[in-house]
Amino acid sequence: MEAGDDTGIDFDKFSEQELDGYEGSVGGLTRRDFLKFCAGVAASLGLPLGAGMRIAEAASDKLRPPVIWLHGQECTGCTETLLRSYHPTLEALILDTISLDYHETLCVGAGKQAEAHKRKIMEEFHGKYVLVTEGGTPTKDGGIYCKVGGKPHVEHVQEAAEGAAAIIAIGSCASWGGIQSADPNPTGAKATHEVLPGKTVVNIPGCPPNPYNFLSTVLYLLTFNKPPELDQQNRPKFAYGRLIHENCERRPHFDAGRFALEFGDHGHRQGFCLYKLGCKGPETYANCPSIGFGDVGFGAWPIGTGHPCFGCTMEETGFRKPLHALAEVKTFSPPTAFPAVDAPKGEGVSPAAAAVVAGVGGLVVGAAATAMRNMKASDRGSDSSETNDA
Amino acid sequence: MAHSPYQPLGGKLLTKPFMVLALLFAIGMYFIATRFAFGLGEVTNLNGGYPWGIWVVVDMIIGTAFGCGGFAMAILIYIFNKGEYHPLMRPAVLGGLFGYTLGGIAVIIDLGRYWNAYNLLLPWYMRPSSVMLEVSLCVMAYVLVLWIEFSPAFLERLGLKDAKRKLQRFMFLIIALGVLLPTMHQSSLGSMLLVMETQLSPLWFTTWLPLLFLITALAMGYAIVILEATLVTRAFGLPSEQRILSKLSPIVGWLLATFLALRLADILLRGHFPQMFEANLNALMFWIEGVLFVVPTVILLSPARRVEQAQMFLAAALLLAAGSLYRIDAYLVAYEPGNGWSYFPSVPELMVTIGVISLEIMLYLVFIKKLPVLHGIRNAQPREA
Repeated sequence: MEAGDDTGIDFDKFSEQELDGYEGSVGGLTRRDFLKFCAGVAASLGLPLGAGMRIAEAASDKLRPPVIWLHGQECTGCTETLLRSYHPTLEALILDTISLDYHETLCVGAGKQAEAHKRKIMEEFHGKYVLVTEGGTPTKDGGIYCKVGGKPHVEHVQEAAEGAAAIIAIGSCASWGGIQSADPNPTGAKATHEVLPGKTVVNIPGCPPNPYNFLSTVLYLLTFNKPPELDQQNRPKFAYGRLIHENCERRPHFDAGRFALEFGDHGHRQGFCLYKLGCKGPETYANCPSIGFGDVGFGAWPIGTGHPCFGCTMEETGFRKPLHALAEVKTFSPPTAFPAVDAPKGEGVSPAAAAVVAGVGGLVVGAAATAMRNMKASDRGSDSSETNDA
Repeated sequence: MAHSPYQPLGGKLLTKPFMVLALLFAIGMYFIATRFAFGLGEVTNLNGGYPWGIWVVVDMIIGTAFGCGGFAMAILIYIFNKGEYHPLMRPAVLGGLFGYTLGGIAVIIDLGRYWNAYNLLLPWYMRPSSVMLEVSLCVMAYVLVLWIEFSPAFLERLGLKDAKRKLQRFMFLIIALGVLLPTMHQSSLGSMLLVMETQLSPLWFTTWLPLLFLITALAMGYAIVILEATLVTRAFGLPSEQRILSKLSPIVGWLLATFLALRLADILLRGHFPQMFEANLNALMFWIEGVLFVVPTVILLSPARRVEQAQMFLAAALLLAAGSLYRIDAYLVAYEPGNGWSYFPSVPELMVTIGVISLEIMLYLVFIKKLPVLHGIRNAQPREA
């Protein structure tokens, strides 16, 4: 084969001899095994058949930083939400931008093979790879409540964090403990930053977080080699700098005192403010109203579909405050002088109108009764010539 | 005119009751003028929750049900071929004529932007799936049909025998339409409520609403014929039509029994039995309505009772009250738009409705006195009425 013809493609790279022994081939697999892996990834991502070759190309590109993604106590919702992102898509991310080398849900390799590959990446790219943690970390009883490869999750996290260039905690569980850290917290679940003292962990809370908050953070990291501006809880300010309340499309209803009082009532069906149903928007920092979910356009987020916000991005709110509890309004409290949504409207019965109705009713009943009495009289007299006014 | 079995009643027009009615009509006219000068809000209590008030419910929905006499009698006379009821036909059509014409006028008064009403007739704006379109077109067409059905009375009065003979050739078509159109729109007046499932009390809301409205409209049509025949024959000293009326009553009785059975079965089938016994206005109205329907059913199905003129009259009056209440309940009382809205008609609003009804009675009196409407007048001694 000729190398470097006018197509610009190095065909030698794809020759059997080259590829089998190329440097850094995935997990030390043979060419046959590697191509099978790529075809498997392409198939599971729903990509066309030829994409397997692109994956092979991309996977061997050493310019892209490797990413190790660890799962702890979680529901995989964060990964699910990422699978449904479209700009960029997950495959664009993992094929063009990063090299997702280890992800317990998405990797095709399993068991010892996958673990071996992870270890290899951690050694080879020490100080260069990105660590993403998804899920809480159990710490009680030595962290035995969540194990991968026979080793507690907490040890995996600490081990991988040693050589990580950057650490991102995705989801509420990794950011602040999530649902399993709620009282009584039987497994001693903790956030990633709590088991990594002294390390900077970028938190992307949310249950699930918006995938674009994660993708934007990753792209920022790759482009500028530093995390975006963070708040006190290490959340990127671009995503968690504003209250939901500030950008909520139902805010005008709040300001006008129009509230849904129960699910399915008139106000709820009219799209009134959900504050009185326990919406935590007034105390929750997130950009949900601005970017929505699922790339289906405006209104596709919990409050948009009629469900109160439960404050998933907030450690002190999500899974901690009861769903029905009123949010602490940080901007300004609703005045008691708001008009009641169920105030009576309409003119009601005026005495004169009632009198007219009663009068007409009485007249009709009276006239009918008189007519009937006369009819009875004539029925008895059986004299049809007798006539009376009705 | 000797050939026609129908005769004008004759007599003085400006009687005392007529003057009272004219006064009521004048008051109504004043408020109608106010409505057109200053808008609906000036006169009515209509609001965002109740855009339909008594002008629609009483003048139109109940008014046209009262006007179903011609429809009900046409079914009996022409479909079931019961020629012996023919003497009742022309006054029944006359009642329908006014019920429908004035109902239509009331709707125009009630329309917020009545100047747009002509759009209804433009085919490119028509939406064939709309119940409202069907009702409005049907009612308009039926008003026309009723005037044609009644026109032989004018032609006889004017002595246009040739024109009458020509018209008579196409009359079967008009009569067929006169049965078809009310069947369509009287049931559709019930269908209009089908979209209000969440707003209407489950005691009234049912997918059988169109059928229930049609049956009550028919029953009310017969009731108005009975009432009218009884009152007119007595007031003007005409020969009693009691014999023919008491033959009509078992038909109405069974119609009502069917209605009651359907209504009750429907509530039981849908599992809303407990709502009948709740302590609220809806349940109370349901029971009042029920009693008003049951009493005439019992009277009309009892052979001993229905021969008595007083009992018949009572049954017809109660039946009309029951049918009217059923419509008021379904459209206003049991209808709950939510969000705190309430509605009760204002005095001017009531006066317009009373004025329209007064006009109806006045026109009826003028027509039976001046046109050949009533049947078999021998040596009647018209009294002041």
